Amino acid sequence: MQINFTHHQSAHCENGVVSNLMKHHGFNVSEPMVFGIGSGLLFCYIPFLKVNHAPAITYRAMPGFIFKRFAKRVGIKIERQKFKDPKKAKVVLDENLNNNNPVGLQVGVYNLTYFPDEYRFHFNAHNLVVYGKEEETYLISDPVMETVTTLTDKELEKVRFAKGALPPKGHIYYPTNFPKELDLEKAILKGIKHTCRDMLAPMPVLGVKGIRFTAKQIRKWPKKLGIKKANHYLGQIVRMQEEIGTGGGGFRYIFAAFLQESSKILNNPKLADLSKEMTQIGDLWRDFAVDASRIYKNRGAKTDGYNEVASQLETIADKEEVFFKALKKAI
Amino acid sequence: MKKSEVPQDKSNLESANFRELCYAVDENGEYTTAHTTGWDPKTIALDNAIEDIHQRIEDAKNRVQNNQTSPIEYYMEFHKMDLPILASYVGIWQWRVKRHFKPKVFHKLSNKILQKYADVFEITIDQLKNLQHAN
Repeated sequence: MQINFTHHQSAHCENGVVSNLMKHHGFNVSEPMVFGIGSGLLFCYIPFLKVNHAPAITYRAMPGFIFKRFAKRVGIKIERQKFKDPKKAKVVLDENLNNNNPVGLQVGVYNLTYFPDEYRFHFNAHNLVVYGKEEETYLISDPVMETVTTLTDKELEKVRFAKGALPPKGHIYYPTNFPKELDLEKAILKGIKHTCRDMLAPMPVLGVKGIRFTAKQIRKWPKKLGIKKANHYLGQIVRMQEEIGTGGGGFRYIFAAFLQESSKILNNPKLADLSKEMTQIGDLWRDFAVDASRIYKNRGAKTDGYNEVASQLETIADKEEVFFKALKKAI
Repeated sequence: MKKSEVPQDKSNLESANFRELCYAVDENGEYTTAHTTGWDPKTIALDNAIEDIHQRIEDAKNRVQNNQTSPIEYYMEFHKMDLPILASYVGIWQWRVKRHFKPKVFHKLSNKILQKYADVFEITIDQLKNLQHAN
């Protein structure tokens, strides 16, 4: 049994699933649109929460938030369910497939057999679409993959019931109710406002302030932690920024693409200019990654290097502060 | 980033026939998507992270052989887990799992508890006791 579902590759899994499901239901919504309306852009540094033995750092909103906000702002309804019992989770999934309804699932990455080994970490907020079943094999559209793929019954159960931080618990979701026409204009404004608020939040670990805080920490790392650990931490920042799913530059390019698209929909040329600015900020993030990689490439780096990349981050923070203030005024 | 500047470096992705999507600007300044095979700065970061894990595994192995820790810690590292992740997989409190790292405590564990660990690591109790899993 197979639902007629078209797979489009995307940069990030959550946007991709939403965008693909929307397209399936006849609404042509791009990935950057989903990301922007869902206020996906963020910066957050949580020093005491460790991921892979380094502080947690994120460039985007909490998993699930993007879809939740997107749905609310464009006026669609989503049905969600979590399970304790894997068998029940499977029954509900099969029912939906039988009703010709492709569904989104939250899964853990560690046991995703089609991922390259090096990418299989205990990360539980990955998303994919199931669009059919042939005997005991499920047909999978994973938005970060170029083409569709499959998982066996057992493999799928394992990833749906992965454990650790943010366990998916078989989380299944799909849109149910659609308005006649999507009111994108209002949704875009709401999305942008929310992102500005997040990035300019008066919280030490969030947004622009979070970037400055991270820079301050980086300066301390080599003395406080030793070169080896400092390099590991720095590597983690770059990985979170550039690893599968960000579209480059810690989501800054996707956001710039969103602003460009929005400028046409809202007929607001200011947003097109700001999009160009965001692209330049994205380039600065890329430069930061290049310079950081020079440090952790040569193990015996000097502390100068850390100070330099920290200064780069501070420059980025200054630019983003100006940027988001301007963006707030532009709409 | 311009579309023509999208990096096409060698990476672990490439060997798995996997290309990632990223966003870039074309000649007319319009946003579009482009495939990338990899980018050195992040390949190095990933390689370092993998090497770090290998070191942790090797280190745990040595400590098991010196009777400083139990094989549970070795298998935990082998599966890229840390204490909270392992604890949630076996469904045992973290402090108890940590206690099971002590060789003395480990040797006294009942088969029921050992089976829980063995199931998570997908090995037999024998393999769990004797550290013969892969490398």
